[in-house]
Amino acid sequence: MSQETLQVFIDGVVRYFHHTNDKDVKVGTPYLVENNNPAAYDVTGIIGISGPYRGCVYFTAPRILLKHLLLSIGELDTSNEHIFDLVGEVANTISGNARSRFGHEFMISVPVMIEGAPNQIHLPSQMRSYVIPVYWKAYHAAVVICLEQ
Amino acid sequence: MLSLMIVDDSNIIRRKIERCNDSDKFRVVAAAANGAEALELFKQTRPQVVTMDLTMPEMDGIACIQQLMAMDSGLRILVISALSDKATGIDALKKGARGFLCKPFTDDQLLEALTELTED
Repeated sequence: MSQETLQVFIDGVVRYFHHTNDKDVKVGTPYLVENNNPAAYDVTGIIGISGPYRGCVYFTAPRILLKHLLLSIGELDTSNEHIFDLVGEVANTISGNARSRFGHEFMISVPVMIEGAPNQIHLPSQMRSYVIPVYWKAYHAAVVICLEQ
Repeated sequence: MLSLMIVDDSNIIRRKIERCNDSDKFRVVAAAANGAEALELFKQTRPQVVTMDLTMPEMDGIACIQQLMAMDSGLRILVISALSDKATGIDALKKGARGFLCKPFTDDQLLEALTELTED
């Protein structure tokens, strides 16, 4: 995966957080992981990708980050339902925004949200994923890109 | 005051749009989580303005726009979507939408887009 491709998703993360009331987000250096040990926090929103690119993009974050993020977009109800909704919406927004670079053939699914241990995320074993670390307030999250062209 | 229907599969986005429209310009009369639900609620409430997400389960936004425009060609539809490529925007406009707002968006951007939509 090229630096340019990764930058599309980095820009998407920064753009999302810049539309909240706490804009000070930092993105770390992306790194590769084996798919038998995927990166994940408490709650994850996964978007399936099809077309010329195939695979998935997901946003994963601790519950406490998502509660604060809800408040930061003006949503006072930090119930579990809204936490799941938000993690899917962040994944959807970052993936959808990537179409400005990849075009309409970069097909994205509706988000699937999961909770729990990393072993509940099943990624193609023959591929590796790039992890983009996200630092916001005192919390860590990640955008994970698992794509082949 | 114009009647407004919100269509988005995210409850937090529906609530955000509803909060933004806490003004004397729009009155939210319906909120739907997908295109099929939107068609049913449209028949019941006949809103003058619709905000429409595109990526939704059951029936997506483009298919819903086509069916809504067949029922009311004067309907004013603002697409609010993360799909930021030009082809998608052009397709939505060809199907009958009158505006496009890319997610993520601020309250000011939403109000500006809705105001432009209703000033045509």
